[in-house]
Amino acid sequence: MHNKTIAQIARDLAAGEYSSVEVTQSYLDRIQQLDHNYNSFITVTAEQALAQAAAADAMRAAGNATPWTGVPMAHKDIFCTNGVLTSCGSRMLSNFVAPYDATVVANFNNAGAVSLGKLNMDEFAMGSSNESSFYGAVHNPWQLDHVPGGSSGGSAAAVAARLVPGATATDTGGSIRQPAAFCGVTGIKPTYGRVSRWGMIAFASSLDQGGTITRTAEDSAMMLNVMAGFDPKDSTSMQQDVPDYTANLNDSIAGLTIGLPKEYFRDDLSSNMQQQVRNAIAEYEKLGATVKEISLPNTHLAIPVYYVIAPSECSANLSRMDGVRFGHRCDDPQDVNDLFKRSRGEGFGEEVKRRIMVGTYALSAGFYDAYYKKAQQVRRLIKNDFVEAFKQVDVIMSPTTPSPAFKAGEKTSDPVAMYLEDIFTIAINLAGLPAMSIPCGQVDNLPVGLQLIGNYFDESRLLNLGHQFQQVTDWHQQTPADLV
Amino acid sequence: MALEQDQVRNIAELCRLQIDDAQIAAYQNNLSNILELVDQLSAVDTSDVAPMAHPLDAVQRLRADQVTESNQREHFQQIAPATERGHYLVPRVVE
Repeated sequence: MHNKTIAQIARDLAAGEYSSVEVTQSYLDRIQQLDHNYNSFITVTAEQALAQAAAADAMRAAGNATPWTGVPMAHKDIFCTNGVLTSCGSRMLSNFVAPYDATVVANFNNAGAVSLGKLNMDEFAMGSSNESSFYGAVHNPWQLDHVPGGSSGGSAAAVAARLVPGATATDTGGSIRQPAAFCGVTGIKPTYGRVSRWGMIAFASSLDQGGTITRTAEDSAMMLNVMAGFDPKDSTSMQQDVPDYTANLNDSIAGLTIGLPKEYFRDDLSSNMQQQVRNAIAEYEKLGATVKEISLPNTHLAIPVYYVIAPSECSANLSRMDGVRFGHRCDDPQDVNDLFKRSRGEGFGEEVKRRIMVGTYALSAGFYDAYYKKAQQVRRLIKNDFVEAFKQVDVIMSPTTPSPAFKAGEKTSDPVAMYLEDIFTIAINLAGLPAMSIPCGQVDNLPVGLQLIGNYFDESRLLNLGHQFQQVTDWHQQTPADLV
Repeated sequence: MALEQDQVRNIAELCRLQIDDAQIAAYQNNLSNILELVDQLSAVDTSDVAPMAHPLDAVQRLRADQVTESNQREHFQQIAPATERGHYLVPRVVE
């Protein structure tokens, strides 16, 4: 049962093959048996899940079922869940039982989905290896001594290990696409503003976007159908019609033009990586697409821009964690300054502290123009590169990451080396574009991801392209050896 | 740009972050490396480029000034570290 996709489970439930309680119990058993290998869940909400499943079965019996009624899934622990621990992977929020549901969570509840629990992540979504979680590192199901990627490492590992058929995730600089690539699963980050950020704990507000991690593009389309849409509670939510993302999955892609940015196919990319990605692009040519080399000349500036903007926004967002209204508070504060400093010093991990400090410095008097304003200006140059490119091509493709998953511990002592991991994903967040990673090959028994970058609000096309690729290849069906 | 240790202490104070003295050197090193990474930006000519705050250049939406939320003080204060008579408690600020 655990090898089924969301679409298959939805069909089986509709056909009465099994009940939601049965499929939910089967996943809960599997999590209990196997997750000690991966550490992908922070909280398993077995009781609530079974109650939701029973309610879904009752709804179906009454003839009121929708496609999501009774389908199991899980949330990244960055989404607030009413009455359930929402830790964001941090000691700071290790006692934070959210008093309300995020819009994304409410949408899934209203659709009748069953939430199995909350998934592990890098602390406050800051990381590319899922090694910075207060709840311990997550292990890559393909090779346990390798990282699953981050920050949505728990989401990616749980889907890859078949502990859940689909999961919510978030992406600020690559946090959906990079772990999806490392774990051999499908992940989509929609256009900025497409999915509500209300109740999604903020890291960098002008970059953060919620999305999905699933095994197939079809499942991502089903999840996005629930998640996407205007939310008056999110002031940056876009007022834009939401299409049925499953409607165009089977469209032909003949005649589409794929842009290959020369800056993303660098000489230092290993020949194995190049080959896997080139093979995938050749599949698209067989399906009738044409390929065109393009240039995104400001690519090399994306990481420097990001490491001004993201820390600056994070230093402002995380100032609310002060030990006064919620979250960790130090013992016996001597005065209010001591309360702030020790609560925050104890509550935050190293990487979070580093980013708060960089951001505070960049925003401090006398430095604002040189750092934040400058970064915002260069950010526009990066966006303009994409705007120009999309005048010539329908979609842009590249490797998702420079290499497959790396070994645990390899980059933890060098923050800058870790930052360079996101070299192919970060510019997309700066531009606010949608992008997806799909499994497209393997190097040394580790999955490789193909990144598809779309124009604004063109998620349907990305899902269509992903689905068409998955009809003629089986990389998305490959399973880690231990699970076979 | 390399930071001095006193600058690191000053930034930590601005951030309201307690950093142990033994860790200052490590922060100094890592923060200096990060600032060196971002210093590449200073070479870019941006004289005619407007700063970009929102990827779609959207402006802040306004809504009618109407009450939309009910008061849930007790509910929200259940997760507070310390409260008394509906207030959040902190150490005495004014003597």
